[in-house]
Amino acid sequence: MSGSRTPPPALPEAQARELHDQRLQRILDCAALKQPDRMPVAFYATFWLAKYGGISCKELMYDYEKHREVSERAVLEFEPDAIGPLVIMSGMGRVLEAIGFKQLQWPGHGVGEHQPFQYLDREYMYADEYEDFIFDPTGFYLQKYLPRVAEAFEGFDQLPIFPGLHYFRLVNGIRPFARPEVRKSFERIVAAAEEAERFFEHHLAFNSRMAALGYPLVNGGNAVSPYDFIADYFRGATGMMKDLFRKKDQLLELLDKAAVFLTRQTVAAGKATGNPIVMIPIHWAPDAFMSPKQFETFWWPPFRKMMMGMIDAGLIPMPLWEADCTRRLETIKDVPPGKCIYWFERTDLVKANEVLGDVVALRGNLSPSMLTTGKPEDVDAAVKHLVDQVWNKGGKLILDGAFGIPDETPVANVRAMFDAARRYAG
Amino acid sequence: MSRPQADWTADERQLVDWLADMNEDDALPLAKRMLLEEKRDPMHVLDLCRAAMDIVGKRFEEGEYFLPELVLAGEMLDTIGAIAKPLIKQGEGGEAPKLGRVLIGTVHGDLHDIGKNIVSFMLDINGFEVKDIGVDVPVQKFIDEIRAFKPDVVGLSGFLTLAFDSMKETLGAFDAAAMRKDFKVMIGGGQIDEAVRAYTGADAFGVNAVEAVALCRKWMGVAA
Repeated sequence: MSGSRTPPPALPEAQARELHDQRLQRILDCAALKQPDRMPVAFYATFWLAKYGGISCKELMYDYEKHREVSERAVLEFEPDAIGPLVIMSGMGRVLEAIGFKQLQWPGHGVGEHQPFQYLDREYMYADEYEDFIFDPTGFYLQKYLPRVAEAFEGFDQLPIFPGLHYFRLVNGIRPFARPEVRKSFERIVAAAEEAERFFEHHLAFNSRMAALGYPLVNGGNAVSPYDFIADYFRGATGMMKDLFRKKDQLLELLDKAAVFLTRQTVAAGKATGNPIVMIPIHWAPDAFMSPKQFETFWWPPFRKMMMGMIDAGLIPMPLWEADCTRRLETIKDVPPGKCIYWFERTDLVKANEVLGDVVALRGNLSPSMLTTGKPEDVDAAVKHLVDQVWNKGGKLILDGAFGIPDETPVANVRAMFDAARRYAG
Repeated sequence: MSRPQADWTADERQLVDWLADMNEDDALPLAKRMLLEEKRDPMHVLDLCRAAMDIVGKRFEEGEYFLPELVLAGEMLDTIGAIAKPLIKQGEGGEAPKLGRVLIGTVHGDLHDIGKNIVSFMLDINGFEVKDIGVDVPVQKFIDEIRAFKPDVVGLSGFLTLAFDSMKETLGAFDAAAMRKDFKVMIGGGQIDEAVRAYTGADAFGVNAVEAVALCRKWMGVAA
């Protein structure tokens, strides 16, 4: 068991609302490059919640109520300035199972009950399918992509080709909908959608309750960069790397198109949640993954276009730049000041603040190895370092782990993170 | 016996350059023509590929090439190798002696393999005999494979933070099996640093494939 502390008693409603607004304002002030009254600390965790609650990853993944209880207890114990969407990321077991999701192995479904989920890096689109995808993204999704990534959609490979259906051909063209495989797909999708509705209601209810207790959600929606979208979810890592040479023109065309539809989708979702901050986990930007020229040709232009579209729509992009992106800093600086939060995983925040401090807020980045294998005094020293070298030098820092709290982090180290933040930065 | 570079023909030099420059469209037809139409010595064509891979490896070390070039180079090498190897007559030639044996795998609980594959490729083109035993490798499988392969170096790979404990457990099992003195252990992966090396008890860690090669060279007493 984790031996968690007894949470403080619930505050009166008006006081909780005031605290909620103060906390949210600290995050928004950072994003706008204004000075908040103290350094905010965010709380983002996925399967660490299982460790904290003394339950298995599988229980976290499937038991909505346990997940809510553990998450709430953690938030009340640490009193963060902002929380991530805690019950979304590590609580989708029932929906994944209902839809027969094939791109992930999750606790009790491909990996052990005490292990986090893992994405399966595969080719979900083949190299010779660029033209199909570019010509008709929706048709490619319906007949090719969806059946490959989720069992519920498998009957869709029998759907008619819609563009061109007209007049009597349209009437006769609907016959595939009567096929047993297609009917079965629709039935399974409806059942999965019902579970997704229950799950999402649970997520919204959790966020409302946290807000009522005084804790704002830092990001309402998630998005993906155009390059990572194609690399991770369509072509797979090695497929994409070969495409940089073999499919250069088609890849650039698809990235340009994806930037448009991903922006539209992200803006619509952002408006629906009413929360302006959008988290964008970034996988393929790190220094080691491609040359500066490749980065500036393939990766950055479509992502910048997307971020500008989001900013124009009043959203605050919050990319989480994974691994070390030190050599990208000068390039990714090219955004309007006061509009983004850059969350860095392994990039040195002192260096990031020197280059980007007058352009974006920063988030991060206590080392995962230190948080998991170190002692509370190591955590204290690491927080003090960031306070001295970033926050006290004017950096608009939102303190967090490198990618939130790593799954194996001892609870004492998480306490040390929050305690040190208050000790050294208000 | 491989022919010295001074004796290479113009088109042989061209093949090396095209391979090293990622010009797959020209390099592969030329290699196929040499092997299938002109019946050139397949061992010699593989020597040319190795020379090209030396250049690729150096450009990677110098920061000119990155992962995409290594992936494409590996694929070009595989394509040419698949054509050349069946043409090699029994008992002919033989490969240059290897610098040492490296057994590599991703520790249990972790399914990631890109980093491991890149390290394997770089070790291979740098003259090591590499045995890759895959991902999510149980402790006992490491021990069985080590007993069979007798490596000089064992590489443990892992991307997730859960790999810290898997690595520690795997290294503990090497100690318990009294085999640790027989080889060096290096670890690597997205989150691996000195804190994790100390935690697991590995001999060394590397942040990329170049460092993995340098560690193996050092341990085998090979000049860099």
